[in-house]
Amino acid sequence: MEAQSVIAPGVSTTESQPPTLDIRELTMVFGGLRAVSDFTMEVPRGGLYGLIGPNGAGKTTVFNMITGIYVPTSGEIRLEGQEISGRAPFQITRMGIARTFQNIRLFQNLTVLDNVRIAFHTHSGYGLMEAISRLGRFGRQERALTERAQDILAVFGLQDRQLEIARNLPYGEQRRLEIARALAAEPRLLLLDEPAAGMNPTESETLMGLIRFIREEFNLTILLIEHQMRVVMGICEWITVMDFGQVIARGTADEIRNNEDVIVAYLGRAAGREL
Amino acid sequence: MKRSAVPSWIPTLAVAIALYLGVLLAKQNDIISVYWYQVVQIAAITAISALGLNLIYGFNGQFSLGHVGFYAIGAYTSALITKDYTMKWSGGQTTAVSWLIAGQLGVVLLLVLANRLKLGALRKRITASLARHLAHHEARTLSAVVVLLVIAIVIVVSIAAAWALHAVLAKLMASLVVALPGDVSQPIIFVLAILNGGTLAALVSYLVGLPLLRLGSDYFGIATLGFAVMVYTALQNSDLVIETMKGARGMVAIPLWTTWPWVFGVLALLIIVMRNMLRSSHGRAIISVREDEIASQSMGVDVTQLKNLAFTVGGFYAGVAGALYAHLYGFLHPSTFNTIKGFDPLIIIVFGGLGSMTGTVMASVMFALVIEGLRVLLPQGFEDWRFVIYPIILLLIMLLRPAGLMGTSEWGWLKAPLPPERDIPVPNHSTQSQAAVTPSEEA
Repeated sequence: MEAQSVIAPGVSTTESQPPTLDIRELTMVFGGLRAVSDFTMEVPRGGLYGLIGPNGAGKTTVFNMITGIYVPTSGEIRLEGQEISGRAPFQITRMGIARTFQNIRLFQNLTVLDNVRIAFHTHSGYGLMEAISRLGRFGRQERALTERAQDILAVFGLQDRQLEIARNLPYGEQRRLEIARALAAEPRLLLLDEPAAGMNPTESETLMGLIRFIREEFNLTILLIEHQMRVVMGICEWITVMDFGQVIARGTADEIRNNEDVIVAYLGRAAGREL
Repeated sequence: MKRSAVPSWIPTLAVAIALYLGVLLAKQNDIISVYWYQVVQIAAITAISALGLNLIYGFNGQFSLGHVGFYAIGAYTSALITKDYTMKWSGGQTTAVSWLIAGQLGVVLLLVLANRLKLGALRKRITASLARHLAHHEARTLSAVVVLLVIAIVIVVSIAAAWALHAVLAKLMASLVVALPGDVSQPIIFVLAILNGGTLAALVSYLVGLPLLRLGSDYFGIATLGFAVMVYTALQNSDLVIETMKGARGMVAIPLWTTWPWVFGVLALLIIVMRNMLRSSHGRAIISVREDEIASQSMGVDVTQLKNLAFTVGGFYAGVAGALYAHLYGFLHPSTFNTIKGFDPLIIIVFGGLGSMTGTVMASVMFALVIEGLRVLLPQGFEDWRFVIYPIILLLIMLLRPAGLMGTSEWGWLKAPLPPERDIPVPNHSTQSQAAVTPSEEA
């Protein structure tokens, strides 16, 4: 198992350039439950990787550990070689990891524009006193960050919605807004937790194109959790499959599709034997 | 949303000037009695305090029941300063104020030093280097002793700095008060009293908030209620420490310096400050904590820091309001600051709309007018029925408008400004995405 490569073939990680995300033997225990055990994964710079598995496999727990919401029981998480586990969520975000949530977590009562502008808070470029007095850098910086927020909204086709209240947006647009907001935090690694959940085939098709586009445009490394096989198989270069907190398979879309363990995990023993 | 041709600050400024001049002229021409003149001022003072609570609860989402404690701190602090100037209770006209300023700066110095030294990390480093020569538990004990010594040194340094500062300040201010004519030094002392009332309340709220803000919302509410009870009890026994505060008998002979121009000026200034703060990156981050703490953290917002900021600024507003209140009637009694009274600003902000400055100001005025208006309307001997009738009014309004008068919306200049109009460049990725999708479908 350890001899098997944990990253896609053809992608080389050299000494000088550590992988964007490097997870070693990550374990999370809640009381008597091992939610995740010995999870190991590497995502090279610029990769678009997928994490799949049946409900309760521990995928979101992995995300919550990467983003600092949970502190892992043991194991290491490195972002470009730098240890991040144990830090507060806001510090991890500032180091370059942004995420979306499985059940959308927008700032419901704020405008679409403000949802995105909040993510710029850490690099607003002015202090509290400048804001209160409206002097110094405030005017210029505020205008600049508003324009940057509008530009990001335009990438997601939300430029005409900027003054709408977030909760009034249709579902698909709320999902897109959440990704837009995560991008505004200027991440190097973007974590998407079921971005296509609840989308119809046309919408998820558009979403797939969008994910590819933002990877190029914003120079991102992307790791996504997804239930819709069409989406995962369609865009991910390399897929890791989890079940009961453990990695049961890794490989390209084709390898995963024909992996017996994966079929058993998803469809049960009988289905696995038939194939 | 439509852009109007008139900038939003013009109607807002017009209303503000009309209000200011209206009350002033009505008073000068005896259209309103001294009693109603005071009611209007009480309304504005309540608005200042309620704005502070709205920042904490309405905008930042932290349910606090301790606001009245900060109001009390502001009131008594400022009264000590001004009563010193008029009555010399401490022996000199400006001894109290110079002690207060020096003491607060001393505490700030202590906080900054403790923060800079990073005591936790320091202890770990000392333990690590001692562990080479000693057993582990010995190293731990010794490092704890060293850190405690460092803390003691920091405290001594801060006290010494405060002492030295006081010596300089006391001389300087005493000679200033002698040199300046009374009508110049009096407003300076009043401003210092208001500011010190605000900053001491802010400092206390920062210190109280450090441990308490880690608690979840409801637990935080109960803990802050405990703080308010502590302040109340301390005030009842205050004469044991400072004789002139008179404890449960009530502090008297505070100069009557609060007038409508003072109250209005402070209210206007503090509204501008809060509006500018909320309509900035910091304000949006404060509001995002209310909306969704986890999402907010995930956007890189330091939630703890912003909760502390909102709680400290909110405490400052309460302290300033308390200072103005102290000089309106010239009499302070602990019962004014009991916990039942402490619900007033909470009622006002819920009634006006959590997260609306406009609503808070409107509700404060209505609250004062209803309470005092009923006193006039009800027949003799039935005045206490006010506290039956006004809750009924409150109930009815909350049933009809559960989000409060204004909800989270604002009026005029207080509204969030619209983003400047511009043509937003739309990147064309639709063709690219179509092309990219095709091969995957074949697979």
